[in-house]
Amino acid sequence: MFASVVSFFYPVLKYLVPPAVPDLGEDEVVAGKVGDLKPNGSKVFRFGTRPALLLLTAEGEYRCVSAVCTHLGCTVQYRSDLVEIWCACHNGTYGLDGRNISGPPPRPLEAFQVNVRGSEIVITRKRSA
Amino acid sequence: MPIITHVRSWVDARFDWAKLTEPLRHKTVPIHKLSYWYFLGGITLFLFGIQVCTGLLLLLYYRPGANEAFESVQYIMTRVQFGWLIRSIHSWAANLMIFTAFMHMFSVLFLRAYRKPRELTWVSGMILLFLVLGFGFSGYLLPWNTLAFFATKVGTEITGQVPVIGHTMMVLMRGGEEVTGATLTRFFGVHVAVLPGLTAFLILIHLALVQKFGMSLPPGVEATAKVNPAVVKEMKFLPNFLLREVMAWYVALGVLGALAAWLPWELGTKADPFGAAPAGIRPEWYFMFMFQSLKLIPSKIWRVDGELLGIMAFGLAGAIWVLLPFFEGRREKRGGALIRGAGVFALCYIVAMTIYGYMAK
Repeated sequence: MFASVVSFFYPVLKYLVPPAVPDLGEDEVVAGKVGDLKPNGSKVFRFGTRPALLLLTAEGEYRCVSAVCTHLGCTVQYRSDLVEIWCACHNGTYGLDGRNISGPPPRPLEAFQVNVRGSEIVITRKRSA
Repeated sequence: MPIITHVRSWVDARFDWAKLTEPLRHKTVPIHKLSYWYFLGGITLFLFGIQVCTGLLLLLYYRPGANEAFESVQYIMTRVQFGWLIRSIHSWAANLMIFTAFMHMFSVLFLRAYRKPRELTWVSGMILLFLVLGFGFSGYLLPWNTLAFFATKVGTEITGQVPVIGHTMMVLMRGGEEVTGATLTRFFGVHVAVLPGLTAFLILIHLALVQKFGMSLPPGVEATAKVNPAVVKEMKFLPNFLLREVMAWYVALGVLGALAAWLPWELGTKADPFGAAPAGIRPEWYFMFMFQSLKLIPSKIWRVDGELLGIMAFGLAGAIWVLLPFFEGRREKRGGALIRGAGVFALCYIVAMTIYGYMAK
């Protein structure tokens, strides 16, 4: 009886689990061109399967962090008026380096490396040692 | 012979209609100063019927899929004759149904209609309330607009926070790691097939239990009835109460029609999975108290993530709520007061947090 039930439901349960999508290993992406952003400006772009946030500080330094809020996964944005990264969903704030400052986010945003190669801004995922 | 009599005798000869409807003909409804609360369950059922009818109409034009859903709803609202009205009625009726379901739940709680032998009626009603919230959550994503996208992202992420099984449940709900077109397809299937089937089954059980145990009397009226049964008057369910109920449905239909026509439901902007969550983003009003609570919980409480504690607290409160009648125990007076206190607290908390959620920046 038990075996019959298992044999009926096992294929159904397996069917419900979506097939694993291979991670294409996108560790590097061109986020835009130098000059696209004005100082104290930002853009959200696609990095692999998730959004990332590139910003140019008022001092002219590029910073890039994951745009996925560590609280409940909303997409964050740069607030040029506050000079902070802000999540509209639950009012969480982060510093420009991705460090969580206030509100519910429990962890910092993942930070990416920014390299300027010629006229392109190249974002690289930091490899853990 | 009038045709209705002819049809009746035809059915009667084959199915013994008189015997089938006998329990309903004997059913009575007590008359007292709180009798009007009895209408809420029926109004919720009526609104569910509206949802089924308008949902079927929307199905004729709606196309699930990240590239088509938003455009198909836009098409319904701008090109199909009265499409805006059908969609608006569907959206407003969903909100009204959730409102009346909550009202019904609190009225049952405060009138203590959950007491022995009606514990399972309460449990089936609570499961129905969760199913109705499931309808709201799954249906909200279907137009594939920005608000819906982020509400689903947060809602499914909350599921993902549940220890041990959370991540698997989140992947099952989303159809992958992220909210994508696969999520939309799953939510569509759940919204139009799984939930209606489960709800119809639960409604049958709920109504059968109501039929079996009859209408509950509030404790004060019950005490009077024990001393002098003649004091509590009754009316027949068929046709007296049903006709009054139909009048209540008519009023509900009037309110629904007015809301749908004067305040047509907006579509918003198409979801962009790689766009930032817009400022002022909020869930639907019935999830607002949870949303606001999660917003206020600090990131860490001791060493545990604040949102995890919040989610676990809501889960525990929900489970306790379903089992509430079983906490009354033998000491009816003390147990009843405890449950009433919990009801007042829950109602105040939900109302206060909802208002706070709308007022807060």
